Amino acid sequence: MSPVAPHEVEDIEIQLLLEALFQRYHYDFRHYARASIKRRLLQARTHFGLQSLTALQERVLHDPEMLPRLLGFLTVQVSEMFRDPAYFRALREQVLPHLRTYPSLKVWIAGCSAGEEVYSLAILFREEGLFERTMFYATDINPDALRAAEAGVYSLDRIRKFTENHQKSGGRTSLSDYYTANYGRAVFDKSLRANVVFSDHSLVSDAVFGEMQLISCRNVMIYFDRPLQDRAVGLFKDSLARGGFLGIGSKESLRFSRHVGAFADFVPEEKIYRRREP
Amino acid sequence: MKPPPARAVVMGASAGGVQALLALLPSLPADFNLPILVVLHVPADRSNVLAPLFASKCALAVKEAEDKEPVEPGVIYFAPSDYHLLVEADGSLALSSDEPVNYSRPSIDVLFESAADAYGPGLVGLVLTGANEDGAAGLKAVAAAGGLTFVEDPASAHARTMPEAALRACPVAQVMSLARILEVLKGLGQA
Repeated sequence: MSPVAPHEVEDIEIQLLLEALFQRYHYDFRHYARASIKRRLLQARTHFGLQSLTALQERVLHDPEMLPRLLGFLTVQVSEMFRDPAYFRALREQVLPHLRTYPSLKVWIAGCSAGEEVYSLAILFREEGLFERTMFYATDINPDALRAAEAGVYSLDRIRKFTENHQKSGGRTSLSDYYTANYGRAVFDKSLRANVVFSDHSLVSDAVFGEMQLISCRNVMIYFDRPLQDRAVGLFKDSLARGGFLGIGSKESLRFSRHVGAFADFVPEEKIYRRREP
Repeated sequence: MKPPPARAVVMGASAGGVQALLALLPSLPADFNLPILVVLHVPADRSNVLAPLFASKCALAVKEAEDKEPVEPGVIYFAPSDYHLLVEADGSLALSSDEPVNYSRPSIDVLFESAADAYGPGLVGLVLTGANEDGAAGLKAVAAAGGLTFVEDPASAHARTMPEAALRACPVAQVMSLARILEVLKGLGQA
């Protein structure tokens, strides 16, 4: 037997654990970028006080109540409202003038996590007078995240940053118009989600569900390996109306995707693309 | 036993790091044949000025790391502000917006630990000046995987907290002045 480094044993354990999650619960992280998933699994192992990833696998296989807790580690996303204000400014100034020409609009926030971007877009569309004619689809694979997104409650100590971002994005109103402060929490106005459908949807396994004018999927695909990223981009390609827009994270790129030819740069510095005519 | 040839260099720095890196990177020759991956803590809103700053001064190509790009020898990659930088086993780069580690994003530990997995004994880890303890666990991981480890001499570093913490976590690391580190790097990067 040749000696095996400890991290090679861990790699085997990761593969087995991801396979177990898929077979037992149909959550498929097998094509997530491995370096990050490893960090998250090791964090979970430490958090649950377990000796190995094999022990974590044993727990999650036999105890369904472990699943949501582990999902919390595997899908945790840290975002802000109006994160990367220049992205929202580009939507406001360059994309919305095109969207204005449609009588009705569909917008998909794919991988919405706790909803920061959903409320950001709802406020942006309201400020620009497009909210009433828009249906927003906010999707995620984590039911806890979807519940948090639907609740729209954020810790007050995050609001200063949200407010600063909103101003930098060219906000025409005050962010405080949209929430009530309550016991250290900011509760966002429920009218903002009047046109929002929150739904479980997986970019790994689920299909097209509508024809969108705008898809925003930021800092989600960086967690995917290349084949899975290709699947997701293909899904966006097939979900976009002709001339529809796709916004991705500021450090993401379609350059390595086989679907790159289906998109034209629209605001390259903000990673906003436009679907080419098929 | 002769150590295996180096395949990549990772560097981490915080307070005083720009000056320390300016003492190293611009002096590396154009034929330096290893990739260099750098995490330098800067405020998130001072976004992404590092690559252009160093590109104008270095003989080597300098760029901000992009998600999924393959690592090339002779290129210096800076972690973009507000993202962690990781290396995948296949030698491509990955970014993440996971929560900060040691209050830092990018975090030196995140880069070093993933690079230690990817490169094993072929990795060279270097912790420079800084006023926090990021990089200590990472350097320990580099050494545990069989890689070479260096720490800027705390006595002459702009801020000694980070190199001291790295040494505590990774006592096998060699302590050196920046001038000496530069000479060692030049030697490692010769084909």
